[in-house]
Amino acid sequence: MRGKGYLFKWYVVLFLVFLYAPAVLLPVFAFNDSSIVSFPLKGFTTKWFEVLQSTEALHVAVRNSLIIAVTTAIFSTAFGVLAARASTRFAFPARRSIMGFIMLPMVLPEIIIGVSLLVVIVQLGFELSLFTIILGHILICTPFCIAILSSAFMNLDRSLEEASFDLGQTRWNTFWLVIFPLVMPGIVASLLIAFTISLDEFIIAFFLAGTEPTLPVYIWGQLRFPQKLPSLMALGTLLLVLSISLLVLADYFRRRGLKKTGIENSGGFL
Amino acid sequence: MVLISPTLVFTLLMLAIPLMMVLALSFWTQNYLTLDRSFSLANYKTAWTEPMYQYLMLRSLKISIFVTALTVLLAYPVAYFISFHVTPKRKAMWIFLITIPFWTSYLMRIFLWKVILGYNGVVNGSLMGLGLIEQPLSFILYNQNAVVLTLAHSWVPFAILPIFVALERVDRSLIEAAEDLGDNRLRRFLRVTLPLSMPGVIAATIIVFIPTIGDYVTPRLVGGPNGLMISNMIELQFKKANNAPLGAALAISAMALVTCVSLVFVWMNRKFMRGPN
Repeated sequence: MRGKGYLFKWYVVLFLVFLYAPAVLLPVFAFNDSSIVSFPLKGFTTKWFEVLQSTEALHVAVRNSLIIAVTTAIFSTAFGVLAARASTRFAFPARRSIMGFIMLPMVLPEIIIGVSLLVVIVQLGFELSLFTIILGHILICTPFCIAILSSAFMNLDRSLEEASFDLGQTRWNTFWLVIFPLVMPGIVASLLIAFTISLDEFIIAFFLAGTEPTLPVYIWGQLRFPQKLPSLMALGTLLLVLSISLLVLADYFRRRGLKKTGIENSGGFL
Repeated sequence: MVLISPTLVFTLLMLAIPLMMVLALSFWTQNYLTLDRSFSLANYKTAWTEPMYQYLMLRSLKISIFVTALTVLLAYPVAYFISFHVTPKRKAMWIFLITIPFWTSYLMRIFLWKVILGYNGVVNGSLMGLGLIEQPLSFILYNQNAVVLTLAHSWVPFAILPIFVALERVDRSLIEAAEDLGDNRLRRFLRVTLPLSMPGVIAATIIVFIPTIGDYVTPRLVGGPNGLMISNMIELQFKKANNAPLGAALAISAMALVTCVSLVFVWMNRKFMRGPN
């Protein structure tokens, strides 16, 4: 009996090594004092991080990515709130198919989304810009926001709402005074997740980027130059740390939201 | 209905209409710089009959199937472990731990597989260090194996979630019942747990299989010349080759193909699951 459990544990440990191997190697090479990204390691240095500070093109890409990620987070969360509230609280015709359609970008290959938006933009004669990337990112982030927000809205106790109506509050006031505070942690989690996805998204951004690159598009362009690789490792490390912090924060808020509504924490974001 | 409408309208505008336009575009033809808007099946004829595209399409399909199989095989034991061997309090933490890599540094993650699998890479370095091999292995990078491995790594967290959810829903008393009736561990798993978790496996299969065919970064970075997939061709047609209609026809053909394969898979599964009863 015992042997079997151990076998399982060993498998899971190996699996985690496999899963985290790239993430662990990223900082290893970022601090490695060698211009070639390979073993054996040469020594400790922080010079690759200093290179980043003096790269002007990188700063522009960071600014673009931040603009896109913040806008995307706000809009996809707003769309997510509307859809999650509608689908968990009200019945309307064809609810399942409408929700299925809205969630579709989650399973659709991103290249299809990128290509189709590109076709529309070119056919209508618009210029590719940060705005077009934002549209694409809102489309793919909204389903993830809905997934998080739905659990927040689903756990709401309806009697709280009714109590508020009985006490003479309007629909609008009820939403702001009763529902909103309760789902607030879910909203923060949704904002953070959408921000993280948008910041890291490459495929759609690559199709829709005009002359203004986002951070992943910039990284993609630099991957061709071997001498740029160590500083890209440093950049990747910073992004990794940022993403993980945002995710940990998002998970914290998601759990707090569940606690507020008194539900047992049963799983991850989805 | 009013509440959902902004989201719905946005999705209609940004997804349904663009997809329609891609469909329309695939029936048009490109003459150098001008677009001929008369209906034609020429692009589909090229996409389905020209050996290069046929070959790429089949290879992509093959790679996607391998990736899906590998992903589900890797994911199932992990999902099983979390559902059956982890205390309920810790489950959420485990799921979180497993999903983190899925959300972070997509490009760098793929690139690092190149470093891991390369000629002077981590795998070769450690195997040679252990004295297991004398020459670096060259069959692990710049080919289809590398593409399959890297894609499986990308998608495995996404496959664990639905399987985990399905396993959580398995009524534990049914397993106990099977135990009481004298089934051993393996039989219990094969006759109770596995069939009941099948919906999760199917969901995982589809969630991994469909998007996999659309990845062009992984084949480009670790695939080498023989590891390229149809999405690299689609990208090429839309960007450098400037033949968007052909690209559209290829994209729609690829989507149609994966949808058909998924439907056949779901259908077969349903038939198989009903069979023994």
